[in-house]
Amino acid sequence: MKILVCIKQIPDMASKFKPNAANTWFTETDLAFRMNEYDEYAVEEAIKLKEKQGADPSDLVVLSVGPARVVEALKKALAMGCDRGVHIHDDESNLKDPWQIASLIAAYAKKENFDIIFTGMQSQDRGSGQVGVTLAGDLGCSCVTTAINFSLEAGVVTAKRELEGGAKGVVKLKLPAVVTCQLGLNTPRYPTLPNIMKARKKEIAVLKAAELSAEGPRAVTEKFYHPVKKGTGLVLEGEPAALAVKVLELIKEKTTVLRG
Amino acid sequence: MKTLLVFEYRRGKLTEANLELFSFAAALGAQTAGVLIGAETLLPAYPGKLYLGDIVKCKDYNPEVHADIIMQAAQKEDPDYIVFIHSSYGWDLAPRVAARLKAAQVSEITGVSEGKFETGCCNGKMRRLVRPATTKAVLTIQEGAFCFTGEAEGTPAVEKLEPSADGAGLEFAGYEEPEKREVDLAKAEVIVSAGRGIGKKENVPAIAELAKSLKGELGASRPVVDAGWVDHNRQVGATGQIVSPKLYVACGISGAIQHLTGMRNSEFIVAVNKDKEAPISEVADVMVIADVMPFVAALTEKLKQ
Repeated sequence: MKILVCIKQIPDMASKFKPNAANTWFTETDLAFRMNEYDEYAVEEAIKLKEKQGADPSDLVVLSVGPARVVEALKKALAMGCDRGVHIHDDESNLKDPWQIASLIAAYAKKENFDIIFTGMQSQDRGSGQVGVTLAGDLGCSCVTTAINFSLEAGVVTAKRELEGGAKGVVKLKLPAVVTCQLGLNTPRYPTLPNIMKARKKEIAVLKAAELSAEGPRAVTEKFYHPVKKGTGLVLEGEPAALAVKVLELIKEKTTVLRG
Repeated sequence: MKTLLVFEYRRGKLTEANLELFSFAAALGAQTAGVLIGAETLLPAYPGKLYLGDIVKCKDYNPEVHADIIMQAAQKEDPDYIVFIHSSYGWDLAPRVAARLKAAQVSEITGVSEGKFETGCCNGKMRRLVRPATTKAVLTIQEGAFCFTGEAEGTPAVEKLEPSADGAGLEFAGYEEPEKREVDLAKAEVIVSAGRGIGKKENVPAIAELAKSLKGELGASRPVVDAGWVDHNRQVGATGQIVSPKLYVACGISGAIQHLTGMRNSEFIVAVNKDKEAPISEVADVMVIADVMPFVAALTEKLKQ
């Protein structure tokens, strides 16, 4: 079985974001990067599937599009248990739209004939939620989004989609298929030290984005900015005890919950 | 300018968010037609054209068959924009329609400005203004961003469409109902919720104690529930419970949109967070910038005095 998992490296979401010189995305100065959280669930599910194959030899490839820094995210996925990495080197990936990113991945995946492709349902930084579904369309395979449960029996995927209010939709798909993963699908493992050591020997192939796809953008970011402050709330700072006194006064003044 | 609004029929009901599609079209100043894969007996109220696919024939919910019906409606209407709500229906279906049209898609729109669309990014902390580079565009709008204040009335002129795709690669096998909840947070007057910012599972009892001191219930954000720190019975948000207590205290919750959707109608919101820019500040009446646990301990102590 050939399995692909697509991951993105994103900045820590607790960071302060500053626009770049062109005002089209954030500047990367002073940001710490990590694997997109949704993708950690995708990697875990792919590894679980590989482990279930038993004697049937499987090939689990982890792929990321981006500049040199994304190799760190690939290494983490390899240390978690992926077999080999593919780095689509693209220094401008952050300025590309989801369609262009999906086209890059599709150009690579078309030659490899994967049975199943996992990815996160969205990235934490861009949040478009488009790449997985668009990739499936490009490859002509079926796709389920927002999976919180996954199984594969006799070539048929059964997945549960998370719907609003806690309901679930159950879907069966034939392979080849793309599955986009929601938080809570599984419990992503931490790489162990021996596996981190082993991962150092695993191959990471580098492909140049420009040689894979020359698709132009379908949507262009014209501006990147802080939201107009909608919150009109009071901002309090200081020592915990003094803050507690103030907050308690406000609760008594503005609500009825402590009366009677 | 023409829009084709895609109404959502979810498990036997038209969702309330459908009305926001009209507000969005009004913000664009666009003419509207609609498409619904649903039931003839339950139609949205408006005086325009409605393309109708049958939910049973469209294999409720086979996305490939639904996309086929929407494409048929798009061919008849030739709209500039096809608009969805950014829900589990919209985000699943919109990219499939965009791919068929080779059109731009802009996800989770929060505002409109001269043919460009504002959308949130970086976990709600930043915004992007996006311009479609194709003549048509597929849009999903954030639920709650285009509130509908008018009266929905009128009867649409229905044109029925038959599916021309069988969606054979995918089989819809039914719905699972939400698990029965032991805690009805919707009835609570006070909710104190724990987010990832509380740091570790061992800190949950201190949050629960603050809730108790305020005669309220413990709530939680999604990551805390996913991590197994708090039972999913107590999850507040779009996929958990929608609440509107008199007092909501958010402890270490950054304010992902799915959480804000669940609690923004609370009467008084106190948020405790280290990050002044956390998106929870958009809805908080009081934003306490502090380390969460020392503040929680101090407030609990004051309440006991």
